[in-house]
Amino acid sequence: MDFSVLFEPANLQLYAEGLFTTLWLLLAAVSAGLLLSIPAAVWRVSRQRWLAWPVAAYTYVVRGTPMLLQLYLIYYGLAQFDVVRDSAAWGALSSAGFCAALALTLNTVAYTTEMLAGALRATAPGEIEAAHSVGMSRMQMLRRIVLPSALRRSLPAYGNEVIMMLHATSLASTVTLLDLTAAADRLYANYYLPFEPFIAAALVYIALTFGLTRLFKAAERRWLAHLQARG
Amino acid sequence: MLAGAWLSLQVALAALAIAMALGVVGAMARLAPQPALRASAEAYATLVRGVPELVLMLLVFYGGQGLVGGALEALGLPPVEIDQFMAGVFTLGFIYGAYLSETFRGALLGVPPGQWEAGLAYGMGRGRVFWRLILPQAARLALPGLTNNWLVLLKATALVSVIGLQDMMYLAKQAGSATREPFTYLLWAGAGYLALTSASLLALRLLSRRVSVGVRHGEI
Repeated sequence: MDFSVLFEPANLQLYAEGLFTTLWLLLAAVSAGLLLSIPAAVWRVSRQRWLAWPVAAYTYVVRGTPMLLQLYLIYYGLAQFDVVRDSAAWGALSSAGFCAALALTLNTVAYTTEMLAGALRATAPGEIEAAHSVGMSRMQMLRRIVLPSALRRSLPAYGNEVIMMLHATSLASTVTLLDLTAAADRLYANYYLPFEPFIAAALVYIALTFGLTRLFKAAERRWLAHLQARG
Repeated sequence: MLAGAWLSLQVALAALAIAMALGVVGAMARLAPQPALRASAEAYATLVRGVPELVLMLLVFYGGQGLVGGALEALGLPPVEIDQFMAGVFTLGFIYGAYLSETFRGALLGVPPGQWEAGLAYGMGRGRVFWRLILPQAARLALPGLTNNWLVLLKATALVSVIGLQDMMYLAKQAGSATREPFTYLLWAGAGYLALTSASLLALRLLSRRVSVGVRHGEI
């Protein structure tokens, strides 16, 4: 094993660029995903069939197919249609970075929506009755009572989802993006070192995973303090 | 396409067999009294689950060749060609073994310790208690987690297309670029995966009904 070659300035820079791509993909997908998931989850648990059903169908299809396939559909697949190629959106859709961020977002929306919907369903009936009895509208009740507690309760599961997303960003390397995985792959090809570049990338991913775990533990201590055992 | 779907299923099932074996061993090691066993099983579970599947797949596919080749040479055995099928199956099995060891550990912990004591009190050996009493009860508890792990594994088989194995994903991409209709072919592959995951969900629901015979569910 010879890791020294990885520490040459040019190669370190390659890893740094890859890390940057990985992180912005993660941040873009997770933030856009969370924003879209909140209304989607409210629709998912809605008693109106025409609101709940499309969301349920969406999460079923997305969660039943591989993320890699979704990415290929967007990046390679959409180019099949002249309508898409001629449209104003083609500028964005022909860029690998946008496609990867879009695919990751659409994917995380499906999982996060189901997770939040589960938390919403678990709201104690008494809280909803109390909100009704003081004359809150549906929006007021959602904003002040139901969503704050549901979002808190889904925090542990959401931490896992973000880590899954971090790992999913590695798929971006298959559509020509230079992320952490692609950086390792390029070093493998340049030096024909099969182990070292991937082990180095794996260590960075592990460090990021641990970082995220700690971040979410801290968030749980802050927002779920009322549920923790008192020492 | 059907051939590709069959190959995807084969990869998934073969990887599942390896993952189940590794998962059971890993879970037992996690609960073993020997600290060294516990630590190594914990390291396996934590490290593997911290790295993306694709990175491990590339690591094992590129690195594994040389490693196995070198080991065989040192033993004076003839070299073996590792094909993509074996590499894909072993990598997926290795990765999901780590996830399953967590699932199984939780299930084993869920069996009340009184079951051990009862078995030992009847004069059964430890091995027999484990096989006849603990494992069947833990299987029931592990099934929901196992269902999730299986669905993730089934979808993760799409990654073997990256190392060149001709699964459903790979064939869809090839056929798509040959006919210049990538969307159509990828959509069919998507339907194929959806059919596989839906069928698995149904089958596992039936299985869970079967292993839960005699379990009382509280009325909510």
